[in-house]
Amino acid sequence: MQALRRKDILSLEEISAEEITLILETARSMREIMLRKIKKVPTLRGRAILNLFYEPSTRTKASFELAQKYMSADSVSVAGSSSSLVKGETLKDTVRNVEVMGVECVIMRHPVSGAAHYLARNINASVINAGDGMHEHPTQGLLDLFTILDKKGRLEKLKVVIVGDVRHSRVARSNIWGLQKMGAEVVIAGPPTLMPPDLEAFGVKAYDRVEEAVENADVVMALRLQKERQDCGLFPSLREYAEIYGLTEQRVANAKDDLLIMHPGPINRGVEISSSLADSPRSVVLDQVTGGVAVRMALFYLLLGGIKEE
Amino acid sequence: MTLKHKVTVMNEKAIGQALRRITHEIIERNKDVKDVVLVGIRKRGVPLATRLQSYLNEIEGSPVPLGILDITLYRDDLSQREDQPVVHTTDIPFDLNNKHVVVVDDVLYTGRTIRAAMDALIDHGRPATIQLAVLIDRGHRELPIRADYVGKNVPTSRSEQVEVKVHEIDQVDRVDIMET
Repeated sequence: MQALRRKDILSLEEISAEEITLILETARSMREIMLRKIKKVPTLRGRAILNLFYEPSTRTKASFELAQKYMSADSVSVAGSSSSLVKGETLKDTVRNVEVMGVECVIMRHPVSGAAHYLARNINASVINAGDGMHEHPTQGLLDLFTILDKKGRLEKLKVVIVGDVRHSRVARSNIWGLQKMGAEVVIAGPPTLMPPDLEAFGVKAYDRVEEAVENADVVMALRLQKERQDCGLFPSLREYAEIYGLTEQRVANAKDDLLIMHPGPINRGVEISSSLADSPRSVVLDQVTGGVAVRMALFYLLLGGIKEE
Repeated sequence: MTLKHKVTVMNEKAIGQALRRITHEIIERNKDVKDVVLVGIRKRGVPLATRLQSYLNEIEGSPVPLGILDITLYRDDLSQREDQPVVHTTDIPFDLNNKHVVVVDDVLYTGRTIRAAMDALIDHGRPATIQLAVLIDRGHRELPIRADYVGKNVPTSRSEQVEVKVHEIDQVDRVDIMET
């Protein structure tokens, strides 16, 4: 496969294994640029990109913005709280206005599942979903695949364990789709109240006990525990969650020796993962962040670098 | 549009002789090869640069660093091409500052690839000089660019194609002119 024949990146559910392979291979070439003294290539000179974040974000927003700068695109970032959203303008109107200013690609994070799809249907510009509600966060999924592939040399037949609030996690959903497409085995673990109700649809096995789930695992990925879930009564307390599900050296002892520890950030140290594990040599949390910029550069090249199909 | 073979302009022996002559010219022009580095342009500039490196090593006895350059991200025709080129990795694991960089490619045609290569190199540092070695110069320049070392000048028409084959990639060393 040579080119992505699509306008948008909305979810990994609808992207093929061949497309994922192309994105990951392109990202590997992009990472070299980040190691240069002059971290910039002229590829997207004169192309305009809008970052629209209706939810707070540090890492993802910085990653998208740096990827844009490294590719020489021009970009503007708008945060939801400071935008005309609070003045009552609809999403479609906001973006159509920006589109007629010449924007060719919109990056959007939005609290509502499906918001990115809605936007993509209504504008000509490319849309990259930077997280929509509880649905998907495809660029996070891609950067996780990139990191695993980089460290393990393959994705096929690896056992990947996702631990935590899978039910509300768009990161988990993107990872499950992406990993399974690339031939990895995915299992999940966490409190039953935080497991997705439609497990069969995902084709993953769920465990109550992390110790059982991680047996012979190649990768374990902790999800961020959203504290607001505690107020809904889905788990009793952070302390109790950490006691039973928090990743520690002992809890992952049954995994393979070369286990990779991953976390999409931001980390609640001592809750989802112990500090010592998060900082251990097996942790690739910071490699994930580097990979995120490379993956986003690759997507910009693949979506905007060629001729635009009308 | 299928192309058919018109004429073979270089065989294995001629390619070998041309690369050896270029090796001597590189040494002569740069006095010695202390500050010379080679950079092959993907795809077929890379095996040619690798051969120049081993010839230089045979004569001078000191290894000359070899880098690999992918110019895709510096192309000026990305927004005009139907087929989006795949980006491959650039690998220049040494400092270019104050070096004499010999860029190696198979065919010099419009000069646009070399323009892109020079922009890419300058993003990696400030070389003392950038020199260009090509196996074939087929004319039809669109930019003010010329080669410092040429294996063979081959007059062509624009409708023809020059196909350089190297055994590292194509299992044979040969240069053919193809026509419609």
